[in-house]
Amino acid sequence: MSFDLEIDHRIGDRPIRLRAQAGAGLTALFGPSGAGKTSILNMVAGIVTPDWGRITVAGETLFDSSAAINLPAAQRQAGYVFQDGRLFPHMRVRANLLYGRHGDAPLSFDAIIDFLGIGHLLDRWPATLSGGEAQRVAIGRALLSGPRFLLLDEPLSSLDPARREEISTVIERMKRDLAMPILYVSHDRAEVERLADHIIPL
Amino acid sequence: MILSPEEWSIVALSLQVSLVAVGLMLPVAFALAWLLARSRFPGKLLVDALVHLPLVVPPVVTGWLLLLLFGANGPLGRLFEQALGVSFMFRWTGAALASAIMAMPLMVRAMRLSIEGIDRRLEQAAQTLGAKPRRVFLTISLPLALPGILAGLVLGFARSIGEFGATITFVSDVPGETRTLPIAIYSALQMPGAETAVTRLAVISILLSLAALVASEALARRAGGGRTNHVL
Repeated sequence: MSFDLEIDHRIGDRPIRLRAQAGAGLTALFGPSGAGKTSILNMVAGIVTPDWGRITVAGETLFDSSAAINLPAAQRQAGYVFQDGRLFPHMRVRANLLYGRHGDAPLSFDAIIDFLGIGHLLDRWPATLSGGEAQRVAIGRALLSGPRFLLLDEPLSSLDPARREEISTVIERMKRDLAMPILYVSHDRAEVERLADHIIPL
Repeated sequence: MILSPEEWSIVALSLQVSLVAVGLMLPVAFALAWLLARSRFPGKLLVDALVHLPLVVPPVVTGWLLLLLFGANGPLGRLFEQALGVSFMFRWTGAALASAIMAMPLMVRAMRLSIEGIDRRLEQAAQTLGAKPRRVFLTISLPLALPGILAGLVLGFARSIGEFGATITFVSDVPGETRTLPIAIYSALQMPGAETAVTRLAVISILLSLAALVASEALARRAGGGRTNHVL
């Protein structure tokens, strides 16, 4: 199993309840805004601690409330691409890419730069990037951190149609070339049908 | 304008007192700012109020409280004397202490604001990239708080350079020890026929403060890289 999730969590008076298993490839968490999709990604990444449950990714248990296991976010090796990019504004693109650099990265720095077509952006500040450029840098930063799995939070939602196509292609290539479990959040049916191998409705 | 040896020694003493005050207060103020911005603990309101006390209480009262606490017979005064061999009475160290206490609220406020302004989600992003808390602090939180830290330094320095009431109450007016610029201006004003001396000292004081402001703007610009930062 790529993802084996059993989560009960309450944010304010909104309960989030999830029981799901998914095999290799890209798994889409699909549902309307406000269904708690991003919260689930945050729990898998270790940024939010679920009230109760168990989170296993690619055979490793990251969280288990009954066994008191809760791996810190820094040790989970999640390649998290946030919806808003979250590039560090005080570092140039190159420093952003290298921030989490890890020997386990699936591709070398040069290969990832090439793969994402961001070689010409290395000396730029994040504030000067377009939405599509920032998203590609964010993907590159996540890949260079040597992730065991990828978490993609609506990576297309803030982009115009041309950029959507561009990033969709990048995601399809990652799926094909990296053979890494991917958990993908979206509220767009067409997007999910195009990219997902498994769908978890919320 | 060429300074006389006596004026030089006043300027040097003022700089010494202010730099030591702000330098020693910097880590304390940052720790307080971090605590107030990031933690919840019982008595937080009290700590917040104590930090701001020197801002709202008449400086003379602050000076008097310092006298009670850090005077020769004050509990903290005795502690410092015995543990570190540092005494404050009628000494420049006392002037620095008074300056530091008076600068504290401004420094803490500026730093706290910038710490509260840090996007916590960037710290989370750093965590997911494998950064441990110490590295997150050093590479994300601290640089993002830097404009506020610089602003705190400038405000604190300006407040120290101008400090009068608490200092003269606490350590009096001792030439060469506690006679900083404002106190020198005040004592010159007490003497007939010292108008020129007063004017000269006042001009020096204005130039010094302006220089600090310009220097900090330049620093902020460098620290901000490609982005524009303003200290004030």
